[in-house]
Amino acid sequence: MKKTNVLAVCSGGGHLEQMLCIKEAFGEVKKLSLCTTIELSERDLSSFSRVYLVPDCNRDQVFNVMKCFLKIVKIIILERPKVIVTTGAAPGLLAIVVGRLFNVKTIWIDSVANAERLSLSGKLAGKLAHLWLTQWPHLEKKNGPFYWGNVL
Amino acid sequence: MIFLTVGTQLPFDRLVEEMDQVITEIGGDVVAQVGRSEYKPANFKLNSKLSREKFEEVFIEADVIVSHAGMGTILTALRLKKPLVIFPRLQKFNEHRNDHQLATASNMKRYSNIYIATNKDELISCISSACNKPMTREIELLNRSGFIKKLKLFIENA
Repeated sequence: MKKTNVLAVCSGGGHLEQMLCIKEAFGEVKKLSLCTTIELSERDLSSFSRVYLVPDCNRDQVFNVMKCFLKIVKIIILERPKVIVTTGAAPGLLAIVVGRLFNVKTIWIDSVANAERLSLSGKLAGKLAHLWLTQWPHLEKKNGPFYWGNVL
Repeated sequence: MIFLTVGTQLPFDRLVEEMDQVITEIGGDVVAQVGRSEYKPANFKLNSKLSREKFEEVFIEADVIVSHAGMGTILTALRLKKPLVIFPRLQKFNEHRNDHQLATASNMKRYSNIYIATNKDELISCISSACNKPMTREIELLNRSGFIKKLKLFIENA
């Protein structure tokens, strides 16, 4: 029996679209929750047991980063996921930081939009995530990030 | 009808202005989602945001979509099999942090429903091609199922 409880974390826009592209990967889990920065359509909502909204943030907005961080801590305490998977951006990195503090398995999937180099969050995620992935084969390195395919 | 979208995160005044000039020349209806862009076009009305439902509705109804080279819009166009003209944001105009949208655009060339424009004249020519060319080939997403399989296995064994 599958006991895994997964928390998916992503910013809106392309990050969310990419998470929805891979949702079959979570097909067998016991519970799948989503933490994102924009409201979902009815159709997309049905893919998740619970959807949490967090404030969007980026590296230039210290106050938003802190707000987002605190909300993510609350969500992880509430959900107690076994695995956190993120397609970025900054909120996803925060989730990985918190995930490591709570002994959760963490997966960073760098955006397919980063075809030439990893984002800053992607580079930082490499130091923390259990699984560190890029979606472009030419960006793969010996110690990560690894290329396991992409959403295209 | 042309659907103009600049994505959810950053304004894109240059694209809105170029499209205003395009419509002055070729006419036509435009539904526009422009975020926090400030330019006020003469030829069409603006929405700063659209709900995901409305966005999808307009996307499906449009004859062609014109957008920044954002991955969200591109993946939506591939999913819904719609013609899309992408106009990359440039760092030199402070339209994004870096020029990754140029790389994105270049990587999307292999899809028959995606066109790339960098100025008003290219927008006009791409819009015309997009409206006149039928979608002939199935869009093949070759890498996705292998990727999903590997992720699934990792999660199951986590």
